[in-house]
Amino acid sequence: MRTALFLLLLLAIAAVPGSLVPQRSADPNGVVQYFEDNPDLAPILDTVQAFDVYTSVWFSSIYLLLFLSLIGCVIPRTMHHMKALRTKPPRTPARLDRLSGYTSIEATETDAATAVESARALLRRSGYRVRTFEGARAAGAPGDLSVSAERGYLRETGNLVFHTALIGVLASVGIGGGFSYNGQKVVVEGQPFVNVLNDYSSFNPGRFFDERVMPPYRLVLDDFRVVYERANFNAYGFPIDFTADVTVHIPGEKSYQDQVKVNHPLHVLGSDTFLLGNGYAPRITVTDADGNVAFTDSVPFLPQDANLTSLGVIKVPDALPEQIGMIGFFYPTAEALETGALTSTFPDLRDPVLSLNVYTGDLGIDDGVPRSVYSLDTDGMTQVAGGHAEADAIQLRPGEAVELPGGIGTVTFEDASDPTSGNSPTSGQADSVPRFASFDIHHDPSQGWVLFFAVASVLGLLTSLFIPRRRVWIKAVERAEGGIRLEYAGLARGDDPGLEAAVASLAERHAQQLGLKLSQ
Amino acid sequence: MIATLDSYSQVAIYSAMAVYVLSFIMFTLDLAKRSASKGELVGSRRRPFERIAFALVILGWALHVAGAVFRGFAQGFVPWANMFEFSLTSSAIVVGVFIFIQFWQNLKFVGAVVTAFALISLGVGTTNYYVPVKPLPPALDSYWLIIHVFVAALGTAFFVIGAALAFVQLLQARRESGKKSLTLLKTLPDAVRLENHSYFVNVVGFVFWTFTLIAGSIWAERAWGRYWGWDTKEVWTFIIWVIYAGYIHARATRGWRGARSAWLAIIGFSSVMFNYTVVNLFFKGLHSYSGL
Repeated sequence: MRTALFLLLLLAIAAVPGSLVPQRSADPNGVVQYFEDNPDLAPILDTVQAFDVYTSVWFSSIYLLLFLSLIGCVIPRTMHHMKALRTKPPRTPARLDRLSGYTSIEATETDAATAVESARALLRRSGYRVRTFEGARAAGAPGDLSVSAERGYLRETGNLVFHTALIGVLASVGIGGGFSYNGQKVVVEGQPFVNVLNDYSSFNPGRFFDERVMPPYRLVLDDFRVVYERANFNAYGFPIDFTADVTVHIPGEKSYQDQVKVNHPLHVLGSDTFLLGNGYAPRITVTDADGNVAFTDSVPFLPQDANLTSLGVIKVPDALPEQIGMIGFFYPTAEALETGALTSTFPDLRDPVLSLNVYTGDLGIDDGVPRSVYSLDTDGMTQVAGGHAEADAIQLRPGEAVELPGGIGTVTFEDASDPTSGNSPTSGQADSVPRFASFDIHHDPSQGWVLFFAVASVLGLLTSLFIPRRRVWIKAVERAEGGIRLEYAGLARGDDPGLEAAVASLAERHAQQLGLKLSQ
Repeated sequence: MIATLDSYSQVAIYSAMAVYVLSFIMFTLDLAKRSASKGELVGSRRRPFERIAFALVILGWALHVAGAVFRGFAQGFVPWANMFEFSLTSSAIVVGVFIFIQFWQNLKFVGAVVTAFALISLGVGTTNYYVPVKPLPPALDSYWLIIHVFVAALGTAFFVIGAALAFVQLLQARRESGKKSLTLLKTLPDAVRLENHSYFVNVVGFVFWTFTLIAGSIWAERAWGRYWGWDTKEVWTFIIWVIYAGYIHARATRGWRGARSAWLAIIGFSSVMFNYTVVNLFFKGLHSYSGL
């Protein structure tokens, strides 16, 4: 117990640093930021695995030691308990008056055999395991009959179930987690996601991950709908509901439509798809100086605030004669601030405006170094619009196109709403810019086991904490002057604050059953 | 309609606070009287201040619950979706547990602590974290919000009372060891009884906390796709669980009964409070949107 207690308290202390310093597993960007903010301290912390506390050598060794001591405790206790389950209650002690809750009653109306038989029946009814004993009848000494009873074996069973289930949780997490994978994918309305490795934007496999286990299915994001609060002015523009309508295609089966919502993942072939983010993906077409279409795509812009002012990057590596890069802001409902800068005042599309800063030169992606699609390295480039360049930043509304400065090409902000749908000009804005959804796809075969063991541990905990384990004895001693003396006493096995009350209540019920008056 | 119901809620909350203040005063007067009583144990009939205080607690609690219920009806979902509402509802649960626990044992002597806790919680909640009624964010739109947060508050309530008892136990043990101490302790149960009560109350809290942890994991799996990710709030929930697991082991460890396990109960409770305040407000994590 001392070891367990020590290791538990040590584990509690060891878990603290992981909440003070960002963790790579939970907050990878926080770790990057921490390195930038504390360039001297961060590498030192990193050498003691402070950014990976919960997989660190020191944290792992504490919980592994704890579980070792747990196993070392549970195995002998289980053996012992198995034996105890088959053992009958022990012989009644000679002197009960030293034990807890000792009570005695004098009785003349009944004899020892009747009293003990009725005690036996009473105890059995109360869930005790019972055994009767005949006391040694030494020459001249009064004889006695007694019943020895024990109950609450479930307490120890529950305790063992609890601790074994904890080992089960750890084993399921450790082993089952190795077969899991999760990945992220940004999908623009109308586009598909295919559950193969290359289609993920990012992917984290477990230790024993095998690509062949990935079920081949395809999701198409048909529509992404957001409902915003418009009635309550304290929360105007607050999102109330996100719905991703998808079509699921499974080879050899009929495709079907379904939904992914926050808190309602979509379950397809053993993996779950979660909706974790969304934003706008303006459809942009760029032609180069020669008039060829060098780029046309929907580009996800990352939301920067609650009104979805969004930041995005467009890279046009195929533009001739020079590559073109653009950093842009997208405002779903643009409003000019007093400074002239734009901002978004509502997250839905009321007056969508795209503003772009344009660069030409080398995008730095031809040498094979992987670059984020969400950032633009402008070191090797010349700014031609916006910032300090002569031309102002480009501003476009859906359906508008503009010539890029210096005749390097044109850029068009495509209106994605179907022109044939007959929308009136005012409502036409609503579909002019496609939305994207970012999905998290998880597959974790261990979670059912973890849940099973967690539930088992709670049930074990409840029985082990609230079922008392106790022994009680009821003894009928023949008195030399005639009649008998009934004695009652109990012994706590483990924590049992209710023992004395239980013995008293037994004595009372027994006396009642025999028709005796309680008189101490 | 929303604004009207919310204003009823506010009126009820402020009234509850006023009644709690009176109740707190009565509880402290009772403690003062116990100090002056030269230490003889007196039945509750001879305890007018305590009886008035307890009646006031019940009245205050009725108003307090009404405040939470009005808030719930105003917004159309459970009143524990942000820091203000959590401070409102969790303190109502603390007081409720204190009231109902009297059916089991007379623990009215911790009434001053409980009313003080409710007052601080409501006071800070209404002045610093009040937010007008807003729609439920989609991230919280789950029946697990009802279960997980409610059981967490219930566990917290038992830990509050368990820690209060552990604190009295420490004082009582000091007195029993012959050191100079407060006279009023003579009117309270002895240290062993206090320890037994504290243990039982904390164990009930521990079971609720275990359930909170599991319910939270199931919800996390539904919402974020993983049942455990060492998010700061998860870390602290785990730390608290481990401390109380240690507390339970301490009872079966030689040399750890008495003062040491009382200290563990108090450390456990301090961690609960740390999780509720500092972690909610200052630590970055996935639970932060539920904060303010």
